[in-house]
Amino acid sequence: MTGLNNLIRTFFDLEEMVNVFPTLITVGLRNTLVLAVFAMLFAVVFGLLLSLLLVSRNIAVRAPAFLYVDVFRGLPAILTIYLVGQGLPIAGIAPFGRSPYPYAVVAIGIIQAAYLGEIFRSGIQSLDRSQMLAARSVGMTHHQAMWLIIVPQAVRNVLPATMNQFIIIVKETSLVYLLGLFPLQRELFSIAQDHAANTGNLSSLVAAGIIYCIITVPLTHLVNYVDKRLREGPKLVAAETAEA
Amino acid sequence: MAVSDPILSRDAVAGRDGVAGAGYAIEVRHLFKNFGQQVVLRDVSLAQRRGEVVCLIGASGCGKSTLLRCINGLEQPTSGTVLINGLDLASPKTNIDAVRSRVGMVFQSFNLFQHLSVLDNVSIALRHVRKLPRAQAEEIARKKLAQVGLTGKERSRPAQLSGGQQQRVAIARSLAMDPEIMLFDEATSALDPELVKGILAIMRELAESGMTMVVVTHEMRFAREVSDRVCFLDKGVIVEEGSPARIFDDPQSTRLRNFLAQVL
Ligand SMILES: Nc1ncnc2c1ncn2[C@@H]1O[C@H](COP(=O)(O)OP(=O)(O)OP(=O)(O)O)[C@@H](O)[C@H]1O
Ligand SMILES: [Mg+2]
Repeated sequence: MTGLNNLIRTFFDLEEMVNVFPTLITVGLRNTLVLAVFAMLFAVVFGLLLSLLLVSRNIAVRAPAFLYVDVFRGLPAILTIYLVGQGLPIAGIAPFGRSPYPYAVVAIGIIQAAYLGEIFRSGIQSLDRSQMLAARSVGMTHHQAMWLIIVPQAVRNVLPATMNQFIIIVKETSLVYLLGLFPLQRELFSIAQDHAANTGNLSSLVAAGIIYCIITVPLTHLVNYVDKRLREGPKLVAAETAEA
Repeated sequence: MAVSDPILSRDAVAGRDGVAGAGYAIEVRHLFKNFGQQVVLRDVSLAQRRGEVVCLIGASGCGKSTLLRCINGLEQPTSGTVLINGLDLASPKTNIDAVRSRVGMVFQSFNLFQHLSVLDNVSIALRHVRKLPRAQAEEIARKKLAQVGLTGKERSRPAQLSGGQQQRVAIARSLAMDPEIMLFDEATSALDPELVKGILAIMRELAESGMTMVVVTHEMRFAREVSDRVCFLDKGVIVEEGSPARIFDDPQSTRLRNFLAQVL
């Protein structure tokens, strides 16, 4: 019985959870989401550019892009975050000043751009070559065909995988704790971690875990829904033509 | 008949910029095309006057599609020259995209832009290549869709249309660009038999309106009735060419006789 009590007190101490909860929500959740959204934006924009390089017919353009993807998918995230987040300012490359926050965004963005670039590349290449031929046949330049015809369709193809990557980013933001965030910059994990270190009780981490799950689990189901929907085609529009 | 439609009238076709004075609408000179080791086109030459309708016939894999794609520069010749209205497609002075925007192409598998509505399929190039304002582009698109019998389908997605309807959209998409030349690559081959007729009727109307056309087809009746000239392609070589009567009633080579025996 003491064993079970011990277990409950270590992980599920309600008082500890209630104590940390306001900070988790007002500071932690906010920062986790802000970090994740900005890292995602960075990764989407950069990943899109990367994917265009990856499908280039010119090997001199393609090769560095492939190298980038291989390297940043090959490294542990924690190492890249450390190198970028701590390393850049130390090396004198400090466009964002001393605040670790933007470096965290850039670090995660750099990593995730590699994954998204590869996802977008496969989305582009899974498109039939005939779409490009048709676009060029009405006089579009390669550039126009890419942005008006290929990329929008590729985005649809890769939407589920991209949303999945956002879920991964939400979790990955926890790694920025090692950059030493200012108190108000802390995200869910670092708040819970600090609290646990101060109290010697891990319940705050469990509380943070619950919040992570409240974000990620519904998102996962949303991804599955979108995936299914995109594969089965739009229902509303189908009904509209049936009437016509 | 669409002859009364000013956009399709012969004057409109012949009187446009860059056309006047040039000798031939299409001129192909000693065209070779290799894919790796494989020689797909071998010394192909072809000269086509404005308003002329040429049908390309030949067995599967003989290089018909490749020849069409060379004619609008979607494929680069290994050697030889392609001139459109006297403009050398390989010349650095030629704006190939501009040329292509005046050479319509209709594909066997329609190749509609799957993510766009029917109206956007037809108007997107007007907006982004011709740089027309949206309203004007859509007005032209609606006209072209009406011309191919698709009024009321503007909001549909390609995937919701029958093959015949999709091919009509594809034709409207090309016609919207006010082309001087239309290339058809087995436009009816992927269609159910009952849908073929409608597409052939549109093509026939276009031909009668004076459009310069190159038509790759397995519809021998269409070739005989509509074309001014038929080219028989075999293993990348134009083996015979001439009037439909000459090709179909008086074939000279064994290869053409064998081919006709198979398809007729
Ligand atoms: N992009 C390509 N890469 C390699 N080989 C190709 C390519 N396009 C065509 N070929 C080859 O060139 C040959 C001619 O192809 P093409 O499509 O021009 O024939 P076709 O006469 O249009 O045949 P079909 O009636 O089946 O459409 C074929 O052997 C084909 O395999
Ligand atoms: Mg073909």
